[in-house]
Amino acid sequence: MSPESVKLIAKALAIAVGGISPALAIGKTGAKAMESIGRNPESADKLFVPMLLSMAFAEAIAIYALVVTFTL
Amino acid sequence: MTLPPLAAEKIFSLGSFPVTNAYINSTLAVLGVIVFAFFLSRGIKKYYSDNKAPKGVVNFFEGTLEFLLVYVDQVTQSRKKSLKFLPIVGALFFFILISNWMGLLPGTGSIGLWQMVNGKMELIPILRPANTDLNMTLSMAVFAVVVSHFFGIITIGFFKYLNKFIKLGDIYQALKSLKPVNILTAVIEFFVGLIEVFSEVAKMVSLSLRLFGNIFAGEVLLTVLAGLIAVAVPLPFMALELLVGFVQAIVFSLLALVYLVIATSEVHGHNEDHHKHDKQQAEQPSTH
Repeated sequence: MSPESVKLIAKALAIAVGGISPALAIGKTGAKAMESIGRNPESADKLFVPMLLSMAFAEAIAIYALVVTFTL
Repeated sequence: MTLPPLAAEKIFSLGSFPVTNAYINSTLAVLGVIVFAFFLSRGIKKYYSDNKAPKGVVNFFEGTLEFLLVYVDQVTQSRKKSLKFLPIVGALFFFILISNWMGLLPGTGSIGLWQMVNGKMELIPILRPANTDLNMTLSMAVFAVVVSHFFGIITIGFFKYLNKFIKLGDIYQALKSLKPVNILTAVIEFFVGLIEVFSEVAKMVSLSLRLFGNIFAGEVLLTVLAGLIAVAVPLPFMALELLVGFVQAIVFSLLALVYLVIATSEVHGHNEDHHKHDKQQAEQPSTH
């Protein structure tokens, strides 16, 4: 396989595999937030900002993978 | 349709200093903030010299300041520290927010010069969101981490702060007590303290790459969409970019605040004095 095609495959794999764990993490965070809102609907306002923050941190890992894809 | 390149393109040079399109945007943001702050301070002086309650824009910004102080209080747990850190954290927040949102204005990424790049005529835009340049985000991240060290040294003293990383004081205390468990723990903590130096570098890298990646990916997304269907389809994605710009500004400034608070917090040794807790209780903010 020529170097160019291996590079293409590496770029695609970098973002594809690198997006799996952040997606799982964000889904889990959202699910737990939904669960606790369902259990205690008044806490929705207090939960919103911490949930958004933890999603932003989890998403940062996917962004690192995206930057590797762009760099290659 | 050409994707925006990773590095910001040079438009012209002032002497030997290359001015890139992201730099033009960041200078515009800084000038806008300075001019606005000048008029805002004049408005504040006008209201407070006459001892009246503020109205309009000044009132709005006072409300914003109160709101921000409450959030910063939740992290620092002390109003005195919040007032010390708010200039840094608030400046980072507003600058990142304004430069992210300025990248959504029409003209960013589309108004440009046609130049020969690698043998093809390509459009080099003269406006590009400031945080799509890794230099910008890296410099802000380095600033945030270095300022946290600086405040830590100022607040708890140089040798106590150095003791957080090179834990010689703990080793000395453990050797004095002559218990093998304490000595082992102190040696392990010494090596952990050395590794903490690497985590400072990781903080800078993660802060800069997070902001850069989010805003750059948004810029590429909007360019690709505008190249495909320019009419109605980019709208929901521009709304998403509004949200992303706002959230990334919050995350960056919140992380800078957390690093500041951790650096200025007192080190809890193994032999803790319990009367320090009473002094900290007295400092709790009276608002809640």
